[in-house]
Amino acid sequence: MNSLIFRTIAPLLVAVMLVFSVFVLLRGHNEPGGGFIGGLIAASALTIYGMAMGAGAARTALQLHPLAYAGFGVALAALAGALSIVFDVPFLTGLWTIFEFDEVEVAISTPMVFDIGVYFVVFGTIAAVALALEDEEGGA
Amino acid sequence: MEATPAIAIALVVLLPFVAAALAPLVHRLVGDLAGWVVALVPVAGFIALWGLLGRVSDGEIITIAWPWAPSWGLELSFLVDGLSLTFALTIAGIGAFILLYSGAYLKGHKQGRFLGFLLAFMGAMQGLVLADNLVALYLFWELTSVASFLLIGFDHTRQAARRAAIQALLVTGFGGLALLAAGVTIYTISGGWDLSAAGDLKGHLAYPLLVGLVLLAAFTKSAQLPFHFWLPNAMEAPTPVSAYLHSATMVQGGVYLVARMTPHLGGEAIWNLTLMAFGGATLLWGAIAALRQTDLKQLLAQTTLASLGLLMLLLGAGTELAVTAAVLYFIAHALYKAGLFLVAGAIDHGTGTRDITMLGGLRDPMTLSFIGTIMASAAMFGLPPLIGFFAKEEMYAALAIGQFESLLALAALVLGNALLGAIGLALLIKPFMGQLLPTPIEPHEAPVAMLAGPLVMGVLGIFLGFVPTLAGQLAVAPATSAILGVPVETHLKFGVDLLGPAFWLSVATWVLAIGLFLRLDLARSLLRRTATAIGWSFDIGFDWVYFGIVRVAGAVTRLLHHGRLELYLFLVFVLLVVAAIGPLWLLDGLPRGPQTLDLRFYEWGLVGLAVLGVVTVVYARSRLFAILALGVQGLAVALLYLVFGAPDLSFTQFMVEILSVVILALVMIRLDLDTADRRPLEDWARDGGVALLGGVAVTMLLWAVIEGPFDLRLSTFFNAHSVPIAHGHNVVNVILVDFRGLDTLGEISVVMTAGIAILALIRGARRQKPVEVAPVEPGPQPKRRAARKAVA
Repeated sequence: MNSLIFRTIAPLLVAVMLVFSVFVLLRGHNEPGGGFIGGLIAASALTIYGMAMGAGAARTALQLHPLAYAGFGVALAALAGALSIVFDVPFLTGLWTIFEFDEVEVAISTPMVFDIGVYFVVFGTIAAVALALEDEEGGA
Repeated sequence: MEATPAIAIALVVLLPFVAAALAPLVHRLVGDLAGWVVALVPVAGFIALWGLLGRVSDGEIITIAWPWAPSWGLELSFLVDGLSLTFALTIAGIGAFILLYSGAYLKGHKQGRFLGFLLAFMGAMQGLVLADNLVALYLFWELTSVASFLLIGFDHTRQAARRAAIQALLVTGFGGLALLAAGVTIYTISGGWDLSAAGDLKGHLAYPLLVGLVLLAAFTKSAQLPFHFWLPNAMEAPTPVSAYLHSATMVQGGVYLVARMTPHLGGEAIWNLTLMAFGGATLLWGAIAALRQTDLKQLLAQTTLASLGLLMLLLGAGTELAVTAAVLYFIAHALYKAGLFLVAGAIDHGTGTRDITMLGGLRDPMTLSFIGTIMASAAMFGLPPLIGFFAKEEMYAALAIGQFESLLALAALVLGNALLGAIGLALLIKPFMGQLLPTPIEPHEAPVAMLAGPLVMGVLGIFLGFVPTLAGQLAVAPATSAILGVPVETHLKFGVDLLGPAFWLSVATWVLAIGLFLRLDLARSLLRRTATAIGWSFDIGFDWVYFGIVRVAGAVTRLLHHGRLELYLFLVFVLLVVAAIGPLWLLDGLPRGPQTLDLRFYEWGLVGLAVLGVVTVVYARSRLFAILALGVQGLAVALLYLVFGAPDLSFTQFMVEILSVVILALVMIRLDLDTADRRPLEDWARDGGVALLGGVAVTMLLWAVIEGPFDLRLSTFFNAHSVPIAHGHNVVNVILVDFRGLDTLGEISVVMTAGIAILALIRGARRQKPVEVAPVEPGPQPKRRAARKAVA
């Protein structure tokens, strides 16, 4: 999309969207949000980036093939579930650790890791499809 | 030294599998000596089994069980009695010579892998004959089929070898399924997986079914008519494989199964007569077909068919004498047939041909092979005092009892044995006597590793003939007892009853055999002409069935998978309508519809926006405009969710709508279509009709859901437990990542798989014309989640 305004704004917009997607992902356990929505926002961000700068630039920015992110997500979610084997509890049992930093509680849990996996799957898959379609745009 | 049974079983069944994995490594380390090294595995097994022989021949039945899957009541149980020990000793003993032989026979030909396959087969075969657990029996049974597949197709660059391998696998694997069904049936009847605990199954209603299943398994494995055709084709395998799997051991698996099942199923006419009929038919078929062959291995394969039929016949007769004869014949046959195969391989190796008409006078250049063949042929011919003679005497004595079917079987036996005797003479005289004929390679003797088998087995056949009483005590009587289910004392003794009918039947057999041998060429040309005149064989029949199945599968695939996207979609939506409205209509659950409409003004506004969006989609001139309008409709729905207090759902719906519009727009650009969608009226009517019906159906369904009482149990549970046990206030998210995490794991796998499929579609379309790509819509997964969120 050959628009100077769009190309100038896009990186800023994308950066904000990506940060926002992580924010949505992490707040999901207690407020509206979660890995699925976060992944969709991140994928939209990448789609915008691809439209503005070209699919090639978006792929370069990703470093890896988008589907690799999706695969990583599935593996991460499965591993988060499989961690229960160490504690001799059924597969996917939620395990929680709560750290305290100066009276601020930070909860680290397997459901959170699982949700991060979901985030990567949704992001990777949608981004892969969108980028593959954008590749064709210029008649490449 | 007496090993404990558990160690013995581990050595016999498990060690070959371990050795199979290590065989390529051994070959790399010691090169062509690998055969000598791996032969130690069956030797160790043989010694371990020998240590159990004393206890078993005293009538003891040794059982061993390891826990396997305790939650399903499965134990890996093994049983050593006379029957399994006789088979296991044969498998280990002959196996050692086969491995040794293979090392020399396949010098420099991917030997490591070959020895590995052979060892894996050996472990599976030992497991088959020693297993008591029916599941383990089935598993080992199929493993032998798989090993046989790998070994027949070992020379996989040849089309004939590949075909033979697939054919053997399909036929024996098909029988394996019957065995599985039989095992499950026995489990259902007896309540346990151990065959030894099954008891007498004859009185049960399912008895005829069981007999059918067991015999189907046995007949396919042991190549009985009409499943015999795979065995001659399996001669595509390297010779040691033919000697080991396809004469001495694997094909005896069916015979073993029949023997093993006899205490549970035997004794009824349906069992006995079926076995005798099929066994007798196979005996004569194989023996006559053998006359036609000139290739040494084909000759031997056909006689193996005959011998397998003979064993089935004897087991079918089922008397003590007949079963004793079967055990004796099994031992005799394993020794002489493996020996003959190995010599055939040695001749092939030493002269470059296996055609019996091109061979002659080999007694001088291949003296040791000649000696091995004399011993094996004599056993096949049934000369005293070889063990083969006693086997023949015993079977004649068993059937010369005057009943009609016995006498019929006796006639078949005499004729079959005479034919086999004639072949035995031919195998000795044609290649070794007479003038030395020119062969592709200058005839030379095979190395010692290839001769050890035939010579030792030949000597053993003679030795056992001199000590029939000992053989009877150690192996034959215990095995017979196991087959009959009652203790049997041996009656075998060294000597010939010159006045008994058995001896005179033997004499008749010899005379007939010599007569047939003298007319062998005439018989061959007659049979060949008959076969050509018939022009059909069971092998061709197999192809009919095989390609028939492929053709039917192809037709069904083409019918269902025609590749026309609009028809797929049409079908999907029609079925959706049927699935949504059919049950409601049939079960009289059609909704009454809302009685009053009590909406606020902004709710009316949102509904109006959604309706406007849909109407615009239908009437839009350009496709792009329609897509945008669709997005407007979606966003209106998302706003509705928000108004009715489902922020998560609304949030997701927003994102999905935006991405749908973007992706649909990208697809439209790629597809390079006209801006407007013009098509014939009938298409328009069809799609419009289905769309309207779909809308009505989904509306009806939702109304019906709303009209029913609202079940709060799940909502209550999740609301009550979300914070205390899952530490989360967002119930929707807690359900997704914790309570129903397994579902989500499945869903994200599906999402990723769908992504991969979409990429493949895009790439495939890119290679062809970029027209046929499916409209990519990320909708289904998010929608499914939305539906589930609505539960909360």
